[in-house]
Amino acid sequence: MQTTSHSFKQNARDALTDVQLQKALSKMRPGFQQKRADAVANLPEFEDLRDRGRDIKNHVLENLDFYLERFESNVVANGGQVHWCRNSEEARQTIMEICRSVDAKTVTKGKSMVAEEIGLNEYLEEHGVEPIETDLGEYIIQLRDEPPSHIIAPAIHVNKEQVVEAFRKKHTDLPPDRPLEEVGDITDEARTQLRPKFFAADVGITGANFLIAETGQTVIVTNEGNGDLTQTLGKAHVVVASLEKIVPTLEDASCILRLLARSATGQEFSVYTTFSSGPRRETDLDGPASFHVVLIDNGRSAMLGTEYQDMLRCIRCSACMNHCPVYAAVGGHAYGWVYPGPMGAVLTPSLIGIDEAGHLPNASTFCGRCEQVCPMRIPLPKMMRHYRAKEFTENKATSQVRAGLRLWSYFAKRPWLYQQSTKLGAALLHALGGKRGRIAMLPLASGWTSVRDMPAPEGRTFQQLYKMSGHGKKGDAR
Amino acid sequence: MSASENARPRVGLFVTCLVDLFRPSVGFATLSLLEKAGCEVVVPEAQTCCGQPTFNSGDFKDSRDIAANVIEAFEGFDYVVAPSGSCAGMIREHYPELFEDDPAMAMRAQHLAKRTYELTSFLVDIMGVESTGAAFDGTVTYHDSCSGLRELEIKTQPRKLLAAVDGTSIKEMPGAEICCGFGGTFCVKYPEISDKMVTQKAAEIVESGADYLLAGDLGCLLNMGGKLKRLGARTEVRHVAEVLAGMTDQPSIGEGER
Ligand code: SF4
Repeated sequence: MQTTSHSFKQNARDALTDVQLQKALSKMRPGFQQKRADAVANLPEFEDLRDRGRDIKNHVLENLDFYLERFESNVVANGGQVHWCRNSEEARQTIMEICRSVDAKTVTKGKSMVAEEIGLNEYLEEHGVEPIETDLGEYIIQLRDEPPSHIIAPAIHVNKEQVVEAFRKKHTDLPPDRPLEEVGDITDEARTQLRPKFFAADVGITGANFLIAETGQTVIVTNEGNGDLTQTLGKAHVVVASLEKIVPTLEDASCILRLLARSATGQEFSVYTTFSSGPRRETDLDGPASFHVVLIDNGRSAMLGTEYQDMLRCIRCSACMNHCPVYAAVGGHAYGWVYPGPMGAVLTPSLIGIDEAGHLPNASTFCGRCEQVCPMRIPLPKMMRHYRAKEFTENKATSQVRAGLRLWSYFAKRPWLYQQSTKLGAALLHALGGKRGRIAMLPLASGWTSVRDMPAPEGRTFQQLYKMSGHGKKGDAR
Repeated sequence: MSASENARPRVGLFVTCLVDLFRPSVGFATLSLLEKAGCEVVVPEAQTCCGQPTFNSGDFKDSRDIAANVIEAFEGFDYVVAPSGSCAGMIREHYPELFEDDPAMAMRAQHLAKRTYELTSFLVDIMGVESTGAAFDGTVTYHDSCSGLRELEIKTQPRKLLAAVDGTSIKEMPGAEICCGFGGTFCVKYPEISDKMVTQKAAEIVESGADYLLAGDLGCLLNMGGKLKRLGARTEVRHVAEVLAGMTDQPSIGEGER
């Protein structure tokens, strides 16, 4: 997938001036946040569940090879196949070969972030296979020819009018006088379009929320049921999944499932939770003739044993972005790659490098809400800070920032000098503030004064006044 | 050592760099509140900053030097108190982390961390203060600064003390727990995003209908105050310590001579 993370600043500026986008984003906050809060309040053991979820994933990450091999042997025992792929290219080729083996013309797809990550749709198209997204949100953005802006609500940036516009443009058989006012009309239209495609598709590709080592099953959760149709109607079912999706047992999966739905949408459980256990057996009425799991590393194993290992606990619930004020301000596209918001700010530089994505871990106030709501207790700010440290030690922080920091720490380490300069600073800025008590424009601090006034200092520093008050003499002797 | 074992706990006052430079009145209000609560308060002269700007910029080496300075200056007190959740949070949560690979310093850092408190939580949780005995006429709305709220769970303490101030009533605003967009260097590195956040915040502050905006961290207050003034809003902005100490003779934040 094309990345624009390096131009995050410009992306953000564009997003902030996009009136329609801002309107869509402003509606997001109350919905998701309230729903999660209610769901959490209704489950007294939620905090214990979080601890369990974290422990399960930590255990898996410490023993990843063991569980992956166990998973593979159980998939094989169920009649399926696991394809190990180191990178995007290997994964795309593998999927293409499977498509060729059944002479596929079209494939239907259930929503999958990792398929976005490896740029699967473009690749299939280039090689003569038509991919059709079946998640309504994904379908809409596919028609609009753009990437998702959220991991569970990929078209959250699009409004109803824009959906209708996309349908009218791309659904060539749509009579111009057919009404598309109500949400029901719109979903009906999407359903009408998608139904024959489900039947016609040769291959169904889905993601996976979990891979269960114990049973060799893959699990997807959806609210639309499109995943079920995708995976049962084609000749082959291909599951694309990154390797950290593994959990040891069915019970572990159910523990994390309870966390996932509540954190994501505030549901107790997703509407559909589908376990796939291989191809159709002789006695089955339907199901794919072959079952493939494309297991993708693409940079994950390099995160093991580093400061960023904890990130591999992520279950893609999107709670962090739903609560992030920076995401709420700029939306998902500004982040410039597949994964937006706080999880993206850690995952993106981990997967595509800090040279490309260095802005993302910087563009956070460290307000800590992401960590507070993350069901897997991922210390997101701490990991972003590690990326900043990496930039700093590798000399990649902008020189202006470095110079400023160096100056600050020079003084902060020398109390006497520090106090002389703060005295001067307080007096100077106070004078600049004049009778108004605030400064409207300060050339060296334009980042501040371009958007808000700077309240002026009172004139003398605390230390200065404290000494003058006579307090200091009796106080400091200890 | 708890307060009950020691009649007059010795408290080291961590003034914070922003209070020192921008608003000494907050330092004096803090001093007065601590003394009224029965503490012997000392202000070590050798203090500068807690090291957040360098720490959050990923400059861990300088942060360690600055932290070592703070540890040195504040060793030997029963408690260390700061009129700031983020500086107290820095010492409590991040100093031990900074010295993970240096056992001797890590021990000193942990020792300091355990005794360090944000002002309102110190008054309520440690000293058992129920009322500061102050009077202040007006309706106030309270912004929960992020570090204090999420690192130190400061939420009820300032509200409890404010509710006991004679003449004061609290009007909560929507999204009181949402970041104001200050974020240290964030606000100057990404001014447009910061602006969007603080603009929304300002709207919600005004929407609350309160006469005063209070918070426990000067960084957030300068940010929100600066925006409210730029927008011409009438809401006055103060640090919670000023109100609790009954020391509100200074013009409010961003206001000139009256
Ligand atoms: S980082 Fe945490 S909150 Fe964010 S998507 Fe992953 S699991 Fe969910």
